[in-house]
Amino acid sequence: MAFRIIEHAKLERNVALLGVFALVTVMIGGLVQITPLFWIDSTIEKVEGVRPYTPLEQAGRNIYIREGCYVCHSQQVRPFRDEVERYGPYSLAAESMYDHPFQWGSKRTGPDLARVGGRYSDEWHRAHLKDPRAVVPESIMPPYAFLAEKSLRTDDIVAQLTALSRVGVPYSKEAIAKAAADLEAQANPDADATELKKRYPKVQVRDYDGDPTKITEMDALVSYLQVLGTMVDHKKAASQQVPNEGAAK
Amino acid sequence: MEKLVMRGGVWLFVALLLLLAAAASSDWAFSVHMSIACLAALIAAFASGKGFDFLSQRYPVLSADNASKYDDDLIRFGLIATIFWGLAGFLAGLYIALQLAFPALNLNFEYTTFGRLRPLHTSAVIFAFGGNALIATSFYVVQRTCRARLAFPSLARFVFWGYQLFIVLAATGYLMGVTQSKEYAEPEWYVDLWLTVVWVSYLAVFVGTLMKRKEPHIYVANWFYLSFIITVAMLHLVNNVSLPVSLVGSQSYSAFAGVQSAMTQWWYGHNAVGFFLTAGFLAMMYYFVPKQAERPVYSYRLSIIHFWALIFLYIWAGPHHLHYTALPDWAQTLGMVFSIVLWMPSWGGMINGLMTLNGAWDKIRTDPIIRMMVMSLAFYGMSTFEGPMMSIKAVNSLSHYTDWTIGHVHSGALGWNGMVTFGCLYYLAPRLWGRERLYSLRMVNWHFWLASAGIVFYASAMWVSGIMQGLMWREYGADGYLVYSFVETVDAMFPMYLIRAFGGLLYLTGAIVMTVNIWKTIAGSPLRQEAPMTETPYNPEADRPAVAVPAE
Repeated sequence: MAFRIIEHAKLERNVALLGVFALVTVMIGGLVQITPLFWIDSTIEKVEGVRPYTPLEQAGRNIYIREGCYVCHSQQVRPFRDEVERYGPYSLAAESMYDHPFQWGSKRTGPDLARVGGRYSDEWHRAHLKDPRAVVPESIMPPYAFLAEKSLRTDDIVAQLTALSRVGVPYSKEAIAKAAADLEAQANPDADATELKKRYPKVQVRDYDGDPTKITEMDALVSYLQVLGTMVDHKKAASQQVPNEGAAK
Repeated sequence: MEKLVMRGGVWLFVALLLLLAAAASSDWAFSVHMSIACLAALIAAFASGKGFDFLSQRYPVLSADNASKYDDDLIRFGLIATIFWGLAGFLAGLYIALQLAFPALNLNFEYTTFGRLRPLHTSAVIFAFGGNALIATSFYVVQRTCRARLAFPSLARFVFWGYQLFIVLAATGYLMGVTQSKEYAEPEWYVDLWLTVVWVSYLAVFVGTLMKRKEPHIYVANWFYLSFIITVAMLHLVNNVSLPVSLVGSQSYSAFAGVQSAMTQWWYGHNAVGFFLTAGFLAMMYYFVPKQAERPVYSYRLSIIHFWALIFLYIWAGPHHLHYTALPDWAQTLGMVFSIVLWMPSWGGMINGLMTLNGAWDKIRTDPIIRMMVMSLAFYGMSTFEGPMMSIKAVNSLSHYTDWTIGHVHSGALGWNGMVTFGCLYYLAPRLWGRERLYSLRMVNWHFWLASAGIVFYASAMWVSGIMQGLMWREYGADGYLVYSFVETVDAMFPMYLIRAFGGLLYLTGAIVMTVNIWKTIAGSPLRQEAPMTETPYNPEADRPAVAVPAE
């Protein structure tokens, strides 16, 4: 051969050279595909309405992760006619911009949850989580009755929001300092929620688990499920929604 | 002696720190983990006081060093660990398969729900079974192909036992709900840090041994092992960048969010397949297939081309896990194109493995271990064709989110990774323990057929259920409305879930047959009385026209 970058025999006789060549070879793909996502503006187009999760919703999201919900439920509606009709408007990049990490999932053993917020009542969610087959007889979902029994751990909520703000979620200093009060206010209809509502626009305040005496993990998880996919006003964002297969006519 | 006391002292100090961390934490899962780690450090302190080969001194069966002069104690442990974790992982898989058919098996108990057991299954088979097979075989192969003993023998022992601790922490964490929710990278920050220490030590031992080599060339299997170790280190470090909520708590938040976190995770996730389950296992193939076939590798030039092409291209394929999502289109298209191109170097490896049997094809008939290795290469070829096909966006729009993906993964994992590992274990067991041959070759044959039939049941059930569900989701009636509700598509899959579980049961049964066979081999039982696996029987008496014999 006329053209050779390097004699392969050299690589085969030198561990360091072989290792460095291998490392450079495997770095290229990631550098090309991942790094531009951090600086190309069009990666995440700005959409009005997306806000960080409230402390209660964030605690619910942590339970969602703890229980491995992502194993069976995706949170990503693809731009197909059937998915848009089944689940709602397709997912926008901005809608998961505060998700550390993303929960798009890879398998739909159960249905997509990207737009589950507001589709069912809190009562339905409670009954369904406690005993899925009581509500949907053919369901194969595990039961999560223990969530209604367990009090939500709240002593670390300030640390939670602090960590999130350090990785880039725009919580204000005030939002972090008052995280415990905000959490309490969202699950307790009798508490004063004016500050909470100011900090988190369109926040839903109510007793999610039907047990006003305590804040349980059920409160947190249902509040998270009920906010999923509801932050963006899709009528306003309609101009961005041009599905591939001429959907949503 | 002084060194041993020093080492013991360091471990005791580590144990004390871990105990303090366990006490300081208000997160019980973290306390449990720190207690397990503390116990491990105490055992390490005790073992270093006794000299690091304490277990093999105590149980002579583990150190049959008459078989060779290489440093093989660890490899014997590795073989046992591989089988143990394999059985655990297959059993967990069978159980969660049954949970999907019979949800009552979730037992209404938070520690046994599908959501917590599924990562237990995937990590047990990939990282515990596969990882132990990779560590054990790499230590075996690198010594033989370099004609040198392992570099840093005590560090090598740390790698092996440290990796077992990683597995125990990861597995117990899943049951307690400690997870980052990144598939195949679920362990939390402190377990990730521990794995980093272990992995860097692994690299040091491997490279150190290569540097000690007495052969001028580095054998092709070692290229694959080296690139696997380096790349896994890179993927692990980047994908797991995260900030702990508390230094004495189990939870952390990923540095990346949304689109960027999805891309980083599947760059990691796809290359856990590409490097852990492909490059590393190709290294096993490149040593053990030629050895068992007693033939040289088919083509040296092909091995060079497919090695560099494979490691370059694999890295690009990640975005095919994110087709039609909010990931920018350019990244999806790149992922698709590179996935299709990847078909070629993958088949380069398959061809190089299969053609190594050139001139020894008769061994497929006479040697059940070769039969197993050939079947694994056939499955490798099949799933590396299926993968590129599924990465085409139009196909992916149907297959994604369905069981088709699960079937694809399992034809690769059970067929390629499982079968080639079994072949290597069968090759290693008699050699590591200085036995004449395996206890039974007929049982290897049984294992081969049980496993092959199991995979066929598994994969075909998943093809049917995946394509069926994908089509049901998008079916429109004449009235212009969707025909099926979601739960109707779940209901329709029940028979397929039963067939899948049956396939898994066959595969597990095969692994149990292997366990008995290898157990008997290690124990030195007399060889099993059985018909030999030889040529097709030939009876010259029967080889004549059927002519009626007149009665006398």
